[in-house]
Amino acid sequence: MDAIILQILNGLDKGSAYALIALGLTLIFGTLGVVNFAHGALFMIGAFCAVTLSRILTLSHTIIDETQKDFLGNPLKVEVPYVHDLFGQATGDAIIDWAVPLSVLFAIPIMILVGVVMERGLIKHFYKRPHADQILVTFGLAIVLQEVIKYFYGANPIPTPAPAAFKGSLDFGAMLGFDPNLIIYPYWRIIYFGFAAVIIGGVFAFLQFTTFGMVVRAGMADRETVGLLGINIDKRFTIMFGIAAAVAGLAGVMYTPINSPNYHMGMDFLVLSFVVVVVGGMGSLPGAVLAGFLLGVLESFASMREVIDIIPGINQIIIYLVAIIILLTRPRGLMGRKGVMED
Amino acid sequence: MSILEVKNVGKRFGGLQALSEVNLSVKENSVHAIIGPNGAGKSTLLNCLVGKLIPDTGSVMFDGQSVLGRAPYEINQMGISRVFQTPEIFGDLTVLENMMIPCFAKRDGAFELNALSAVLSQKDILEKAEHMLEEMNMADKRHMHAAAMSRGDKRRLEIGMCLSQEPRLLLLDEPTAGMARADTNNTIDLLKQISDERDITIAIIEHDMHVVFSLANRITVLAQGTPLVEDDPQNIRGNPKVREAYLGESA
Amino acid sequence: MFNLNKKDLSLLIIVAVLTLFAPFILNPFPAGSAMAQFNAGYPDLMQRFVIFGIFAIGFNILFGLTGYLSFGHAAFLGVGSYAAVWMFKLLSMNVIPAILLAVIVSGLFSLLIGFVSLRRSGIYFSILTLAFAQMMFALAYSVLTPITGGETGLQLALNDPRILGVSQTAEGNIPVPGLFGLEMRDSADLVIGGWVFTFNVGYYFCALVLLASFYLSIRIFRSPFGMMLRAVKSNQQRMNYTGLNTRPYTLAAFVISGMYAGLAGGLMASMDPLAGAERMQWTASGEVVLMTILGGAGTLIGPVLGAGFIKYFENIFSKINDNVLHSWFSFLPDGLEDAVVFIIHPFIGKGWHLTLGILFMLVVIFLPGGLVEGGQRIRGWLKNRKTKDNGSASHETNPAE
Repeated sequence: MDAIILQILNGLDKGSAYALIALGLTLIFGTLGVVNFAHGALFMIGAFCAVTLSRILTLSHTIIDETQKDFLGNPLKVEVPYVHDLFGQATGDAIIDWAVPLSVLFAIPIMILVGVVMERGLIKHFYKRPHADQILVTFGLAIVLQEVIKYFYGANPIPTPAPAAFKGSLDFGAMLGFDPNLIIYPYWRIIYFGFAAVIIGGVFAFLQFTTFGMVVRAGMADRETVGLLGINIDKRFTIMFGIAAAVAGLAGVMYTPINSPNYHMGMDFLVLSFVVVVVGGMGSLPGAVLAGFLLGVLESFASMREVIDIIPGINQIIIYLVAIIILLTRPRGLMGRKGVMED
Repeated sequence: MSILEVKNVGKRFGGLQALSEVNLSVKENSVHAIIGPNGAGKSTLLNCLVGKLIPDTGSVMFDGQSVLGRAPYEINQMGISRVFQTPEIFGDLTVLENMMIPCFAKRDGAFELNALSAVLSQKDILEKAEHMLEEMNMADKRHMHAAAMSRGDKRRLEIGMCLSQEPRLLLLDEPTAGMARADTNNTIDLLKQISDERDITIAIIEHDMHVVFSLANRITVLAQGTPLVEDDPQNIRGNPKVREAYLGESA
Repeated sequence: MFNLNKKDLSLLIIVAVLTLFAPFILNPFPAGSAMAQFNAGYPDLMQRFVIFGIFAIGFNILFGLTGYLSFGHAAFLGVGSYAAVWMFKLLSMNVIPAILLAVIVSGLFSLLIGFVSLRRSGIYFSILTLAFAQMMFALAYSVLTPITGGETGLQLALNDPRILGVSQTAEGNIPVPGLFGLEMRDSADLVIGGWVFTFNVGYYFCALVLLASFYLSIRIFRSPFGMMLRAVKSNQQRMNYTGLNTRPYTLAAFVISGMYAGLAGGLMASMDPLAGAERMQWTASGEVVLMTILGGAGTLIGPVLGAGFIKYFENIFSKINDNVLHSWFSFLPDGLEDAVVFIIHPFIGKGWHLTLGILFMLVVIFLPGGLVEGGQRIRGWLKNRKTKDNGSASHETNPAE
């Protein structure tokens, strides 16, 4: 029992990331009809927004501190971050400590901008081209983005810790009446799950309750008719692309304390996210979210020692296996709509 | 002697009874038109004949054999060719190649791994395709990309491709929909010529009464998923039930 | 000759001349000169040219003709490599049985995977093939370690049985792959003036296989089967209603291209007898897609050009460094020289992938037909200019190849 709860919890954070990326992929696919292989790169760029902000915050200048001496008796040179000068030492340190959560604010405008530029500059010209061309050009873009990041940030993972307040773990088992230390769960993963839930809820509410969202949903269902009503769908879809980019970016920002970002993390997540989208049903937002969590948890269960002992290697392939079975038995995915990309 | 026997065919989509108790008998070498107002179930019926849909009830017999449960390509190999509402041709291939493919399908069947002989060495196929192009009056376009042709020419090519398979039954789904009057008349003449010169049965679904009455020697009127009446053209014109259901609004 | 028309025959002859004289063509600079580092005529690189050429030719039979975009073809290459190395371990160091087994095994794998994946088309097909390939990669990397060597890869050992050969040579070394006494690594150097040209057994073996593969692909393209595959790409609906079953056609194309990949994998192992899982990773599958598109999908020569182009520039670009750039641009004023070097710097050396990505995007955006289309456009442009000069107004329309 405790093991099962632990695995479900373990699956949730990865599932959250899958769900967030798949949500954006589906938004783009549903609205623009574009298969975006560069979506993983957006996740990666988001993560590097966090890296960048924490680097900006720790920008320092050197001062000579007369009160401290090194072992030769000379005054010690000390690196002082500019934020100390601006906000004082205590606040400054707190700001640096909170770099990752702060990056959320930093990343939103950047990601929207990246998304809009990407859509207007490139994707727009591919609406009428075959899906294969869309896959290929966005694949090329993904390579370029990842190489640019590699050029500026290097190939090694860059540790980007969570604020000190969120280090450590919650003894979840004790709360439920199990023995202590049976089910422990890092605080930051709880935060990540909550964050993902809020974003997902926000996107759904936005689509459900605003006029803007209503038009977008109508456009997802039948683009031509909505266009005929004289509504400028293109502009809204551009904004949708920006939002999808922001969702992927934020997923990346918040993921940095769980896995140190590297330049190929986008590609790693992209392949799985595509599988998630297909399992959920191409063009279905609830399907993407559901499949994201489902596959995250499944993957986590498949990694249990008991399972691996029975079927070695199952943890490596479970997601693909599930995808193959789903695609063959339910070609529309779990919640796919009729007529979407059926051929 | 009827070549196509449709008995008690019914098809339901969710809450909509698209077809119910459809009985239809198409006589060999006739031109049989199926007409009816929008939503009468004409296209559904056609799709049941060619294997795209499987009816819930009833039977469809072609030349004494059931077509139900067979894939479209199998039904085609039995001798039923279909012309689509918007011409379905191989746009990326040349006109000659378009014409050769049905010739291969006729000669070699549904699949043949003929990967090492050159297309150009298949003299019989080439001859047949060229001959068919001449009959369709499009020999001069043989090296053109099919997609680059006018709609009328595409229609002609599609009909020619179907004929080159020497089908026993040719099904046409509103072959003149969206065509200019001149193209429509050309198509009528072509179909007339085909039915006069060949040993072929034609079943046509059509909206345009001019086309129907120029071609058909037997007409079935479909309304709300079920046949209203089946008769000769002159009787259909005078039939009050038909006038009420259909012609009353358009004649 | 060879049952080909004049145009195809000349294409085959061009490819034959290019591959057979590659040691000369790729070594334009005298050894020891400053430019010698840009020579590409050394065996290892030349082998890669032709092996990836074979891989891309095969991929093109699937993607170029039927339009089915497989994102998992590297898996078949990997399987071919493993099969070949096992043949070296168990049977003998002769490359023929190794390559035969590689082709057969990859053919079986592609039959299985194709049978399942081809039930869907479009993006679903791409993702299914990707899923299968990633699955095979993951398994090869972990649980299948006894068969695949896992992370270290599959290597030969001194205690391999080699039933028809020797476990170790008289000197106590692992024997090397060969063909009836000819060792694949054997080379002969020809020195003419300052130039050194290397003729390598392995390379010429691969080159002959490439020529055979290319010839076979021409035959397939020009056959009724090839025409049917193009028809599948053009209009599946019409295929079905013309009495043709598309499934076996696409499956046959998939298996043929899978066997080409296996052949490439087998050759790779024959040149250097080891096999690793990274050959199966999806980025490797992406690479063959790049080669085919860059050269020109659906054309005969395109994939060969694309493979050569990418492998050549990968080699050249990775070798250029700032010093080389400075020497190139030394004629510029100092400030400008530094600026130019600074701008170019991200695209060279380790930045080769960036260049590749940009190049690839540009091709997809502006030149969907790849290098072949580019060549045709230039030829058309030159022709147009000529006819204009002559004042004639002949508008000849060539059916596009």
